[in-house]
Amino acid sequence: MSYTIEGRTGPWELVIGLEVHAQVISQAKLFSGAATAFGAEPNTQVSFIDAGFPGMLPVINRECVAQAVRTGLGLNAQVNLWSRFDRKNYFYADLPQGYQISQYQHPIIGHGVIEIELQDGSTKKVGITRLHLEQDAGKSLHDQHPTKSFIDLNRSGVALMEIVSEPDMRSPEEAGAYLAKLRQILRYLGTCDGNMDEGSMRADVNVSVRRPGEGFRTRCEVKNVNSIRFVMQAVEAEARRQIEVWEEGGTVEQETRLFDTARGVTRSMRSKEEAHDYRYFPDPDLPPLVLDPAWVEELKASLPELPDARRARYMRDFGLTAYDAHVLTLEKETAAYYETVAKGRDPKLAANWVMGDLFAALNRTKRSIEDSPVSAENLGALLDLMKDGTLSGKLAKEVFEAMVETGKAPGAIVEERGLRQVTDTGAIEAAVDKVLAANADKVAEYKSGKDKLFGFFVGQVMKAMQGKGNPALVNQVLKQKLG
Amino acid sequence: MHPTDFTLRGAIEALTEGTISAEELTRAHLDAIERLNPRLNAYITVTAEQALEQARASDERRRQGLAGPLEGVPLAIKDLFCTAGVRTTAGSRILGNFIPPYESTVSANLLRDGAVFLGKANLDEFAMGSSNATSAFGPVENPWSRRNDPETKLVPGGSSGGSAAAVAARLALGATATDTGGSIRQPAAFCGVAGIKPTYGRCSRFGIVAFASSLDQAGPVARTVEDCAILLRSMSGFDPKDSTSADVPVPDFAAACTRSVKGLRIGVPKEYRIEGMPAEIEALWRQGLEWLRDAGAELVEISLPHTKYALPTYYIVAPAEASSNLARYDGVRYGLRVEERGDDLTDLYERTRAAGFGAEVKRRIMIGTYVLSAGYYDAYYLKAQKVRALIKRDFDQAWDKVDAIVTPATPSAAFGMNEKTDDPVTMYLNDVFTVTANLAGLPGLAVPAGLDAQGLPLGLQVIGRAFDEETVFAVGAALERSANFTALPAVRAGA
Repeated sequence: MSYTIEGRTGPWELVIGLEVHAQVISQAKLFSGAATAFGAEPNTQVSFIDAGFPGMLPVINRECVAQAVRTGLGLNAQVNLWSRFDRKNYFYADLPQGYQISQYQHPIIGHGVIEIELQDGSTKKVGITRLHLEQDAGKSLHDQHPTKSFIDLNRSGVALMEIVSEPDMRSPEEAGAYLAKLRQILRYLGTCDGNMDEGSMRADVNVSVRRPGEGFRTRCEVKNVNSIRFVMQAVEAEARRQIEVWEEGGTVEQETRLFDTARGVTRSMRSKEEAHDYRYFPDPDLPPLVLDPAWVEELKASLPELPDARRARYMRDFGLTAYDAHVLTLEKETAAYYETVAKGRDPKLAANWVMGDLFAALNRTKRSIEDSPVSAENLGALLDLMKDGTLSGKLAKEVFEAMVETGKAPGAIVEERGLRQVTDTGAIEAAVDKVLAANADKVAEYKSGKDKLFGFFVGQVMKAMQGKGNPALVNQVLKQKLG
Repeated sequence: MHPTDFTLRGAIEALTEGTISAEELTRAHLDAIERLNPRLNAYITVTAEQALEQARASDERRRQGLAGPLEGVPLAIKDLFCTAGVRTTAGSRILGNFIPPYESTVSANLLRDGAVFLGKANLDEFAMGSSNATSAFGPVENPWSRRNDPETKLVPGGSSGGSAAAVAARLALGATATDTGGSIRQPAAFCGVAGIKPTYGRCSRFGIVAFASSLDQAGPVARTVEDCAILLRSMSGFDPKDSTSADVPVPDFAAACTRSVKGLRIGVPKEYRIEGMPAEIEALWRQGLEWLRDAGAELVEISLPHTKYALPTYYIVAPAEASSNLARYDGVRYGLRVEERGDDLTDLYERTRAAGFGAEVKRRIMIGTYVLSAGYYDAYYLKAQKVRALIKRDFDQAWDKVDAIVTPATPSAAFGMNEKTDDPVTMYLNDVFTVTANLAGLPGLAVPAGLDAQGLPLGLQVIGRAFDEETVFAVGAALERSANFTALPAVRAGA
């Protein structure tokens, strides 16, 4: 069943396309050598080029181009060996040159496609129209002084990738899944950190509604939405607004809107008539960007394994379920952690520990997997101690908790706390004899057929041994002695 | 002989032989500037103290055996080149008291080679003009005057009017200049000196206040073709800071000045015989061609059929780029800022730009904004780019038949300060012979070749293949030898 919103007059379909601005991970800006680190003091990462000083000229940063090409390859998209930079002219206080250098007519990346996964387990392909490189503007701060605005140019000139989707999405869920998938791919590629709360990824959401079976109606663009949740909310809020307009007999006007996250509604920002005339023209300071096909091939060969491929491999080689494989590949850091634990060990057991005890511990301690108190190597070592019989499953859980607390290796904890399980049959026999002697009545009951009492004996023996008895051996000895 | 009468080459020899010091040479020029600049207004800023310091440092380097190719040579720097620690105005009020913290690549190259900077030369505002009348720092007077009308002050041409006037009046041995549509060649011709706009990409544009990025190119003005060649060699070279700078070797241009022109095919484009051109310019052109034929060159009539579209094409492309390049002068970060209480951002822009830009700059910003606007872009800017490609193709086809092209440099001699200023289109016609080289990115050299009936200098232009300045210098030097141009302007140092 396709998603619709029920209006007063019947069902409406949604048509959604996203333009995502993703900040390129690079040491320097797109056309200058200034640094790009997030959170630096205002105006400390600004070159004369970024500040639009007289006579300054842009020079393209090779690494930013490589990142765009990697991203294009990761989006299964066409890499354009010839692309060009244009100037988008407009005046604003945080735009020092009076124009933004962008690729308007000839983007570096052409058509591509990605596959999104939905809650019901189905998948859907979403087309990528294009990806182009452009400069970010600076930041205007209007709340620092009663009558003045302050300008921070640290972001001015930072490289952005604008990734434009086809209008292929039909529900808030699909829009959210698309953005999540795009972010996952960018993070795997290492081309954008995807941190929406730091502004390194932002989405402009294009929404229109229509009657099932109709062609496209007028769309509106909701600007600068900065979380996946807000994108889903904005889609729904804007769709409901448009449905109301149509159902009231009105006409949706093409315009740019803003999403008011507090009230959950979109507000008009500017209409088509007020739209700027950006006077785009080819930037005469920059020759066309021509890529060497051999260089593109090199980048292709050095691409990391992407989420879809990795998930398939986990299912194929590790025998994981689709769900487990999906969860473990969501973040590349998780996948890397998991693979370290699983290497040379039982992959399903490794998956259970990572998704079970480790995730629980991370949630509890509010830490990410990159600064997990339990390193992947240590978790692997814990699995080894279970395999070689040093630890029982129960003891292993105890050791794991100690690892979470102390960050120590499991071997050290086992030694310190004397948690090594007892595999000495002599000691087990002694404990068993003692328990059986103390519970002669229960032994008699067991022997007369009350099999269920076996568990009671196991419990008593383990208790006597402070939990350190090897469960298999305890079972074995008990069975022997009870006949 | 007065020290200001040296050619640049002659000064280098005298400095090398030790018959004069850089300090003496610099002081002689500073004295001349002090005496004549109040009248000519060729310099906006004179950096006398810094020049003397540089000269003394230069003499010290020479004593240590570390002399560079331009060691101790005093030059004027067009005030469009950013000079570290020295106010740079672009001839505009809008830059206010802007003091760049950086040095343009071209001026840095000259300093590297030992040059001494006397000061910043006057120019049309943002290099937009053909008379130096649009400078916010007042017009420059041409050191030449009409024989039978010596009272009428003449323009030095533009936009590099200060550079050309300073060199002609011997207030510098040479000068840097820039040329977007003729701004080196036209003032050189008007002031009876030589000037070359090299191939686009030959000199770095880094640190030069931009007018029209795809056309702007730096070059030298000097009193001889060889002096231009010496200066250009120092100014040129690949610069990783300018993406349009060409990564090609820089030849010894001065050596090319002594090359024979024997066997060279010289193109004579029929489209450059324009209506209303003074007969004496036509005659001088014919004379120049005869000199070359006498020197063994072959004259070939050629056609550059799209020439008549060059001027309108130029006056679309250049303002379009300028309208965008000048957007950064907004009063926000540096330069002039005009605001009143209660102003919003738009008020700040409007007040600052209204007060900061002169009429000609405003006119070009408006033309440029118009031709790039939605609905007009295809009809103007895009069409102009197509015509530009055709103009370039005209030249490409010509190079199959000829090695260099010779034309007049300007359609007239220097005009009076109050003539032609009321009609911008008449003023734009000054560029008719020079804009084609900018649109096609080709080197063009202006050489003084004779005088008109009023005793004013007239120049010829040599256009060459891209990155073949050597042939241009060879032809230019041959014209110079034949012309034996020894006339001197009335106003000059040492006179």
